[in-house]
Amino acid sequence: MRYSGFRVIAEALTGHKGWKPVWRDPTPQADYDYIIIGGGGHGLATAYYLAKEFGQARIAVLEKGYLGGGNVGRNTTIIRSNYLLDGNEPFYEFSLKLWEGLEQDFNYNAMVSQRGIINLIHTDAQRDAATRRGNAMIMHGADARLLSREDVRQMYPWLNFDNARFPIKGALMQPRGGTVRHDAVAWGYARGADQRGVDLIQNCEVTGMRIENGRIKGVETTRGFIGAKKVGVAVAGSSSKVMAHAGMRLPIESHVLQAFVSEGLKPLINGVMTFGAGHFYVSQSDKGGLVFGGDIDGYNSYAQRGNLPVIEDVAEGGMALMPAIGRVRLLRSWGGIMDMSMDGSPIIDKTHVEGLYFNGGWCYGGFKATPASGWAFAHLLAKDEPHKTATAYRFNRFLKGRMIDEKGQGAQPNLH
Amino acid sequence: MIIHHPILGPRDAQEFVYLGDASLIDRPDGMTAGVEAFHDYLYNRTNPAGEHQELWYHEQGDRSWLVVTRNTVTHEITKVELARDVARARGRTK
Repeated sequence: MRYSGFRVIAEALTGHKGWKPVWRDPTPQADYDYIIIGGGGHGLATAYYLAKEFGQARIAVLEKGYLGGGNVGRNTTIIRSNYLLDGNEPFYEFSLKLWEGLEQDFNYNAMVSQRGIINLIHTDAQRDAATRRGNAMIMHGADARLLSREDVRQMYPWLNFDNARFPIKGALMQPRGGTVRHDAVAWGYARGADQRGVDLIQNCEVTGMRIENGRIKGVETTRGFIGAKKVGVAVAGSSSKVMAHAGMRLPIESHVLQAFVSEGLKPLINGVMTFGAGHFYVSQSDKGGLVFGGDIDGYNSYAQRGNLPVIEDVAEGGMALMPAIGRVRLLRSWGGIMDMSMDGSPIIDKTHVEGLYFNGGWCYGGFKATPASGWAFAHLLAKDEPHKTATAYRFNRFLKGRMIDEKGQGAQPNLH
Repeated sequence: MIIHHPILGPRDAQEFVYLGDASLIDRPDGMTAGVEAFHDYLYNRTNPAGEHQELWYHEQGDRSWLVVTRNTVTHEITKVELARDVARARGRTK
């Protein structure tokens, strides 16, 4: 069924009796050409592009819970391509271009809203760094604008411009950045993959991998053994757990990142705003809630919930920037588990096991990468060579000294 | 989280800085170990879901390094030792 405005009107006039389940609930077959482990944004996008762009068939996605039940439903929905380094920027710009055509491509309303993102500047040194980053973005075909203090004041006159520690001196803006309805991304990719014959198998946890003579033969699951010629793992947050089935230790630690939403307010913030110096970023949802977050809690965790000190820290950052929100009540907070890699950048690569491929290490930047990650991983799975925008995302970059460390923090995952 | 410091008693985790897996104590010998061994030591982690031994630094206190045994699924802390004692027990001389 193709969705359209006419379809909505026709269904409204006929009692909404024509809507069908959006995807099948198939029983797993004995074997497939491709198994994607992980039915989140990246796994579903991978299956979708494998079928649609690379013409592959006999594909299954295995999900231990329900589709889109992990980080794709737990993030703060921001899209942007404001990176500095050569290894990253072409990839994220490719992703942003895919976001721009995504809804037409998979015929699903993902509410892609390019309202702009600004990164606040407080010092001359930060302005220099922002100028350099903006130039790097423009050189890779992205858009960037340097805003003055007065430009920012016109957008958000109620910010605290004269904070004693971090006065606002300007901002780096990417007008094409924005937000997307995150659940709809998972549902849109799932529906598109299902329509192209991909089996989406839920409540199917991978409990082991069958590897013979250095080659993957399939996976053991809670629903029995399923054979496969190629297996792609896209389970960021749980990567170390799943890859341990293949005897691998990864350059990754799992950390919890919290996010927050306030009660609904009248329109206050048009786009996305980051206050890096105060460890705080915010946007406003269509329902009016302020959606915001800050740093990871900072210690290894698989708990999907954080602790109160970070909540206090984020709230302090928010108050320092926007004293006007002092009486706003917090509605909900939650946590997601991040694959924090050793240089803050992801990995999309083959492994030492023939036919086993890995996609992970997304730190807290995985959502914006979803389309390009799926595309690049599908490219790797189908053609056995990395996509041109993802050539730097290799396991061996740590051994070779080719880290992609945007912040220059070194091998300290909780600081990225 | 409350960390029961072996010398100072119960302290708020806020007073500490987190470093990571306590396997970082077991640094290979720089004169004999190869590049692969150092790469594995510096970058790769077991990253378990469950019991995890990890290094915490009491920066806002007595500046001691601790080895904390904590469950990464429940955040429950079951054991706290001075990193000095752990390192010596593993044969390190300093």
